[in-house]
Amino acid sequence: MQVNMTINGQEVSEEIEPRLLLVHFIRDSVGLTGTHWGCDTSNCGTCVVLVDGEPVKSCTMLAAMASGHEVTTVEGLEVDGVLDPVQEGFMQCHGLQCGFCTPGMMLTSKALLEKDPNPTDEVIREAISGQICRCTGYSTIVRSVHWAAEHQTAAPIGSAT
Amino acid sequence: MQVPAPFEYERATTVEHAIALRERLGEEARFIAGGHSLLPMMKLRLANPEYLIDINDLTELFYISEESDEIRIGAMTRHRELLDSELLAQYFPIFRDAEKVIADPVVRNRGTLGGSLCQADPSEDLSAVCNALDASCVIKSTTGERIVSMSDFHVGPYETAVGPAEMLTEIRFPLKANAGSAYEKVERRAGDWAVVSAGAAVWMDGDRIAGGRVGLAAVGPNTTLIGPVSEALDNVVPSEELYQLVGDIAAANCSPQTDQRGTEAYKTHLAMELTRRSLRRAVARAQGQEA
Ligand SMILES: Cc1cc2nc3c(=O)[nH]c(=O)nc-3n(C[C@H](O)[C@H](O)[C@H](O)COP(=O)(O)OP(=O)(O)OC[C@H]3O[C@@H](n4cnc5c(N)ncnc54)[C@H](O)[C@@H]3O)c2cc1C
Ligand code: FES
Ligand code: FES
Repeated sequence: MQVNMTINGQEVSEEIEPRLLLVHFIRDSVGLTGTHWGCDTSNCGTCVVLVDGEPVKSCTMLAAMASGHEVTTVEGLEVDGVLDPVQEGFMQCHGLQCGFCTPGMMLTSKALLEKDPNPTDEVIREAISGQICRCTGYSTIVRSVHWAAEHQTAAPIGSAT
Repeated sequence: MQVPAPFEYERATTVEHAIALRERLGEEARFIAGGHSLLPMMKLRLANPEYLIDINDLTELFYISEESDEIRIGAMTRHRELLDSELLAQYFPIFRDAEKVIADPVVRNRGTLGGSLCQADPSEDLSAVCNALDASCVIKSTTGERIVSMSDFHVGPYETAVGPAEMLTEIRFPLKANAGSAYEKVERRAGDWAVVSAGAAVWMDGDRIAGGRVGLAAVGPNTTLIGPVSEALDNVVPSEELYQLVGDIAAANCSPQTDQRGTEAYKTHLAMELTRRSLRRAVARAQGQEA
């Protein structure tokens, strides 16, 4: 079947098998390997991408279901060589170590800050509670999101055209 | 890598279209709502439908509305909307209690009320909520619609009254005067399925409980409504003794199994304790003593 969607502002059109999961479509068909794929059981959240601005576990959505929608992956955070404040924050505050959970963590953080530009620790922890980090102990991730909240200047999602 | 078996994909544009597709494609076709129960099962090949009918474009099924004597919720309403709804929080605080602890925020962006009820997993939380609130389900087919009570809706684990050419479209919740409700869940870690959970709803007549209902999750089949509890809550004065009695009835009417989430004895204890707590809170809310 034919699917058409926007990924990071670019129109993508591919012929796929209906059973193809969105995570594999993004990684293997489109070649954007920034989206990671971990547990395969909807638990770890490393595969999170934004669909119409909302965080979704892309291992638990069919590519077919995303057809006609706007997808943002971690590659879409940076615009014209300028990192998103969320990415800067993760760098400044050691929000990552191995980096495996990072794409999902950053996208959830991005979506959170769009809704709540000044979240508390508790709100941040709740927002990322469906995602697992085996390295940082989460505290530096929370700090990174605060850093981003204090440095909100970047363009909103979907403006990367 | 877990990959579902091959199937054909159709996207429905209206409720009528979805039902017509289901009728034409037959037993081997399934609706896909949020997909957060169905896709994991398909990845494990526990479900192998030949056709998937995507109902995510059916915008007419996304709503929470207030009628004169009931609240109506469209089947495609997602967990996140149920959590955020001020209308639900005002009339049925049990919803926000439960939604805060159902899965995690990312899963809640996709999973739906209709999908949860149709999945009918004995560990699923919203069936207990809907049962406590005495909800009824609107089931549509090409020939019309029928309305069934929650007890008739649940046929057994993973089995509902929705036939192969039918669709759950709406869930209705009667508004009762002086009502209160609450949900209590124990989970091993954030976002996990319940070890045990319990939901209670009561409606008062002055200082007395006029009636009440309790539903449990994760303690075996046929526990989303504990019938004998409703009898014990018929026109009684609330007290700690009553909560204990009702907790004991709930524990006696469940049949949990020992698994990695806990032993049978622990779960039976939780069934008692969580029933007590949810009932106590439901009464406090009905009396305006707690938000
Ligand atoms: C990591 C994780 C944790 C979770 N934790 C919890 C938890 O703690 N508590 C809990 O209660 N749930 C939990 N869930 C389940 C979650 O709530 C699911 O979203 C929900 O059970 C199913 O909703 P869905 O919309 O995704 O349904 P789907 O997976 O799309 O569908 C489920 C079934 O219902 C059928 N169906 C769907 N809609 C209709 C309709 N309108 N008419 C007829 N048939 C229909 C489908 O054909 C399918 O058979 C969890 C899920 C995950 C992935
Ligand atoms: S790979 Fe999707 S949640 Fe782990
Ligand atoms: S940085 Fe290694 S898992 Fe999070």
